[in-house]
Amino acid sequence: MGDYILLAISCILINNILLAQFLGNCPFLGTSKKMETAVGMSMAVVFVLVLAGVITWMLNTFILQKFGLEYLRTIAFILVIASLVQFVEMFLKKSIPALYAGLGIFLPLITTNCAVMGACLINVNEEYTFMQALVASFAYAVGFGLALILFAGVRERILLARVPKPLQDTSIALVTAGILSLTFFAFKGMV
Amino acid sequence: MAKSIAQEFTKGLWEEIPPFRLVLGLCPVLAVTKTVENGIGMGLATTFVLVCSNILVSSLRKVIPGKVRIACFIIIIATFVTVVELVMQAFTYPLFLKLGIFIPLIVVNCVVLGRSEAFAFKNGVVRSLADGLGIGIGFTLALAALGAVRELFGNGTLTIWETPIQIFGPAFQPFTFMVEAPGAFICLGLMLCLMNLVSSK
Repeated sequence: MGDYILLAISCILINNILLAQFLGNCPFLGTSKKMETAVGMSMAVVFVLVLAGVITWMLNTFILQKFGLEYLRTIAFILVIASLVQFVEMFLKKSIPALYAGLGIFLPLITTNCAVMGACLINVNEEYTFMQALVASFAYAVGFGLALILFAGVRERILLARVPKPLQDTSIALVTAGILSLTFFAFKGMV
Repeated sequence: MAKSIAQEFTKGLWEEIPPFRLVLGLCPVLAVTKTVENGIGMGLATTFVLVCSNILVSSLRKVIPGKVRIACFIIIIATFVTVVELVMQAFTYPLFLKLGIFIPLIVVNCVVLGRSEAFAFKNGVVRSLADGLGIGIGFTLALAALGAVRELFGNGTLTIWETPIQIFGPAFQPFTFMVEAPGAFICLGLMLCLMNLVSSK
């Protein structure tokens, strides 16, 4: 049990998927202008990442490794993720239209969110067991949500500040992300 | 407003240079630019995928039905990424290890998918080739520039073809912050600022 908690903490804080592993930075900058979209995006990522993590792990263990097809991993993983995203999209459109409208273009973009694909690849590369893969996927998604929501809060405040013209928008956002990344960097000494 | 083929090529180098103008494909930009060499390697791998997928998408654009185009693009891109992955594993193994999961992740690089969707699906083969090559080289230049700045200040060296060259001499105290994660964000942010400054004049 302790191992799983340690794994979760390390995935959420120390190896934070956004700020330490640099995965999923496009939605990080794209959806963080408003708190509402940031929360929606985080929820969508938690849902998709956990499902994708579990399914790709099973796909890799029971099909690809069994038949010696590891070289097809990239194609197989992206297909699973793409169809999963399509499914989530249809589900949200039907049951939670408000959230669907709020997420707009960013939901189909989860397909090309490297956080999802990256986490699945890390699970496989680290040779996690099924439980470890499940915990790690969930923890990575929580870490993504945590960083994104924190960042959205900071960015809402930046709107009120007077920023020099060349630094506006993406530029200042990146510098802010750097400072946020610095705070997460401090967790490195923890484990 | 038809642009000449040369213009399609050169727009990728400044007007629409990927990580700066189109804020797409940031993950590899931030993650692999610890050294110049990694940056160039990543850039060239991406360029190859971009050019090949652009050519294939534009030549198949009349066959692919509009509704399932994204899925088709992804399969085409994933195929070429697998090619790059296997070739790099065979010939440039140390670089392959350093770039790690970021090679399979070219599949989900928004620059590549973005060009298929926004350009190759609507234009002819030659134009798409020029566009892919231009954007790819622009991407490589950006990665190399960011890699150079980060390596120079973070390590005092420039690595080209596996041999680090000392630039500042042995007395230099490296500014290690630049090669760590936070340095990547701040360095890219400041470079973007610099670019805005230059082009606003």
